[in-house]
Formats: sequence, structure tokens, C-alpha cells
Amino acid sequence: MIRIANGQGFWGDSVDAPVRLVREGPLDYLTLDYLAEVTMSIMQKLKRRDPEGRSGYATDFVDLTRRILPDILEKNIRVVANAGGVNPGACVKAVAAVAREGGARGLKVGMVLGDDILDRLDAILSEGVTLANMDDGRPLSEVRDRVLAANVYMSAFPIAAALDLGASIVVTGRGTDPGLVVGPLLHEFKWQKDDWNRLASATVAGHIVECGAQCTGGNFSRWWEVNGWDHLGYPVVEAVPDGNFVVTKHEGTGGLVTVDTVSEQLVYEMGDPSSYITPDVVADFTSIQLQQAGNDRVAVSGVKGRPATDSCKVSISYLDGYSAVGQLTVSGPDALDKAKVAAEALWGRLKRAGLSYDQTHTEFVGAGACHGRIGRSGPASAAPLEIVMRVGVKDKDQKKVDRFGKEIAPLVTSGPPGITGFAGGRPRAAEVIAFWPALIPKDLVRADVRVEEV
Amino acid sequence: MKKMRLYRMAHARSGDKGDGSNVGLIAYDDRGWEIIRREVTAEKVKSHFAGIVLGQVDRYEVGNIRALNFILHDSLGGGGSASLRTDAQGKTHGMALLLMEVDVPDDYTPAAGAERG
Repeated sequence: MIRIANGQGFWGDSVDAPVRLVREGPLDYLTLDYLAEVTMSIMQKLKRRDPEGRSGYATDFVDLTRRILPDILEKNIRVVANAGGVNPGACVKAVAAVAREGGARGLKVGMVLGDDILDRLDAILSEGVTLANMDDGRPLSEVRDRVLAANVYMSAFPIAAALDLGASIVVTGRGTDPGLVVGPLLHEFKWQKDDWNRLASATVAGHIVECGAQCTGGNFSRWWEVNGWDHLGYPVVEAVPDGNFVVTKHEGTGGLVTVDTVSEQLVYEMGDPSSYITPDVVADFTSIQLQQAGNDRVAVSGVKGRPATDSCKVSISYLDGYSAVGQLTVSGPDALDKAKVAAEALWGRLKRAGLSYDQTHTEFVGAGACHGRIGRSGPASAAPLEIVMRVGVKDKDQKKVDRFGKEIAPLVTSGPPGITGFAGGRPRAAEVIAFWPALIPKDLVRADVRVEEV
Repeated sequence: MKKMRLYRMAHARSGDKGDGSNVGLIAYDDRGWEIIRREVTAEKVKSHFAGIVLGQVDRYEVGNIRALNFILHDSLGGGGSASLRTDAQGKTHGMALLLMEVDVPDDYTPAAGAERG
């Protein structure tokens, strides 16, 4: 039986969770998912601005390696992280330096390359691959000159190959999130490329744990049943060679692992449940059987898979103008009425100054900003004591967006009474990064696996 | 028949999905599953989210976990990173669906513990 834990659901998740995972219970593998779609383009920008080429990866991972190195060496825990971002080479270099400082000479660090196709984009287009938008079919040429990053969601087999070569730490760029768990299982159990049911089961395991605490009590509808929020356990998968597994967490940690908490994570970001597509398999989520198998233990079995498709998904991001958002807090009495007057004043003043925007947005947080009239149809609530007026604009013109940011503070002294909360300064125009999902034939994708001793 | 809000018989989770969001709705017991399967149609979800969901609503059944999965197209005010909304990722759409009221048989009592005691 192999124990795999995921200690990071996104770049910005708890910095202590992975440390606790290696210290508070038994473990064979620690996985760390740092990459959201938007992360890749942020990293691409950092990399471009750094003349020495040392940026463009999840630096948190280097700090984490320093903290957990003694534990992973002593307990022989292997680590798989997509911390490489758009510069896995620089990430591995930094990790290797930390390992050397920590006295881990001879430790093998692996790297999976091949996902970053930004430099090959025009060559790929010239081969007749349109990289058309999966949602609406538009050709990439419409936004080609604004593309910031282009990364293929890679197979999990290269991760297994790095582990086969003896790597104790594997750093990747973009891969599928579940692949971080699938890779170690492929390495341990030597499954074949057409073991569709086992590959599907491993994919389901990876999907359940990829958002960290979201399967162990975090974000759970019946939140009042969750105890120990201050030491919430992150998920641990106990997998066996036939593909079945148990989802659990370390003993003594907070949180909750039940059929209900796991079910909620199964449906998270779900599309067609019968076809969860990865580069390695098409998993059928309607085949999954869940069973409570003890306290904080859920057994998962019966998962069916079908042959993989002949393409990989590519995540392309491009610059889509600028936006700024600002807010003020309006106190009672008549907080909502006053907030509405303040918002009308703001938009009226901008109009008089000759400004219009591609998109504007006004919200009254505390009066249905999230649920609109649905919220008001729920159990009756008293008039709010405060309302947050939240306003934003989006436009191609950066200067116009910056000008909007200067129109918020004046409302404190030139609007209705009782307005406060202008503490963060004027909001500045920020780049809006939009996504372009596309497909690429697998024969145009080549993984490059390297392992070296530190 | 009597009226009952979904949060008494089901739980939910939501997140972003392309230009929209997905909401998974999971019944607590077999009768609850029969009820949500019959009552919570794509059309009803679309009208429940009027003003929030601008596109169509797709509906899938995931009977093995007594769940329905809804894809709410064009429901984020511009989609993910381009949205100006507080909830740019549809994280709160699950809670919003649980506020829906549906018809249930008079003798239906949901599994214990569904509501906060």
C-alpha cells in the first residue's frame, strides 16, 4: 500500500500544510499543486522581466524544500510538485542548492519539460494546427499578438519516468492536476498505458485531493459538523495495486473525511461526468463507488476508464485589456440607499469627465452581491448595518482605467454621510489575462525527462 | 405536497468552468435523490439564476453518488479572470442553488442532520 498526500491546492495555499503532512503521520509521497491557469501567465511575465532568467516558478517550493528536507530524507518521502511553472530549470537549480546546503549530496532531483510551447507556437500554427478556441471555435490568429503563455497539460507518464530513474524530488511545469498523484502510482505499480480502469481510478484519486482540504472538511456544506479548523488535516490517499484506494487524513488532525465531503469534491469543476478527459485516460465518474470505511476513511472502488484521446489540452493565456476595482464601506442608517447614491455620483462624475468604459460593474456587498434576488428569497434578514459599495471597470485603455481609480476617494467627503474604508489607496489598472483553451495533437508534444544528482 | 428548500435534502459545491460555473447538487438519501431528479430541471435552474446565468444550463445525472451536475454557461460576468464580480469564479453558486424551493411529498422527512441544529 502506498500513501500519497497533497499539501497544496494552489499557489497561495497554506504554507504549513505540507510540513505538517510529512511530520504528523506516515507518508510515501507528497504532492504539491501550485499551478492555476492564471499562474502560468504571471510566471511568464516574471521570467521575461528577469534578465538573469532565474524567475518564473513557484518560489514557495524552494522555501518548503528547506523546511521539509530533514523529514523527507529521514523518512524516504518522495516529492512531486508542478512548481516549475514556466522555468523548471531555474526551479530545480534552486531546489538542488537548498538540498546541498542541507547535506543531501547524492539526492536525485528530476525535471519534466516539454509543456511550454510558447516559442514553438508559430511553427505549430504553420503546420496547420489552428489551436482553435475549444469554447467557440475562433482561430488563435485573433489574439496571437497578445499571447502571454502557452502550456500543454502533460501526461503523468513522464513523472513516473523521472521516479523510475531514482528521483526523490520531481519538478514539472504544466501537467494535469490529478497527474501529480497518477505519476507515483504508475511508478509504484508498473501499470501499462492501456490499464484504463486503473488509470481512471488513479485520476479520480488525484482529482479528489488536488484542491487540498476541499475533501477533508474545507468548503463543506455542513460546516458546523467540522471540528479543528485551526489544524485541518490535508488529504492522504492509500492506494493498492488493483487501483482501489482510501481517502483519509493523518490521525489527530482536524477536519472530516466522509462520503459527503468526498462527494462534494468529486463534483467540483465537473463537466460531463461520464467523460473526465486527461492525456492518459477518459475516466467515467458515474462508475465511482464510495463507502465509509471507518472514521475519516472513505473507500473508492469500481472506477471505469476508456482509451485516451489523441490530443492534449493546451492552456493559452493572452492580454485582454486592463481593469481596476475599488470599494468603500457605507454605514447605516439607510446604508444601502446611501451606497446607491454614492455609486450613481461616481458614474455620473466620470461621465461628465468624458469617460466611458468597455465594461463597468457596481455591487453592493451585503445586499446580494453574490446571489442577487436569490439571496432575498431566503430566510428573512434585517436591514444591513453596513454595505460595501464595490465598483469596477475594464477597458483596453490603461489610462482611462487609472483615471477611474481616482474617482473613489472623493466620495468620502463629497458623498452621502458615514462613508469610510478607503484604506488601500487608489486602485491602479491591472492587466486582465484571458484564457484560450485549445487542443494539440499528441504527436506534436514531446516530454523531456531529466534527472541529476545534487 | 409541501414546499421545501434544497438545503434540507441536499448539499452542493460549485466552481468555475470556462466562461461559466458548475454546480454539483448531492441528495442526502434515496428519496431526496428521486425528488431532486424530478424537480430540479435545467429550466428551473436557469430561471432560479435569472440575472446571473446568461447562457444555457446543461444538466447531467451522477446517480452513483445521488448527484446532479449543472453547467451554468456565461454566469461569471465575463469569465474567470476577466470578471469584475466579487464571485468571479462561481464559488457561491452552490449555496445559491440550495436556496431553491421544490415540491416534496407531505410524508418526506430528510435524513437527520441536514440542517444546522
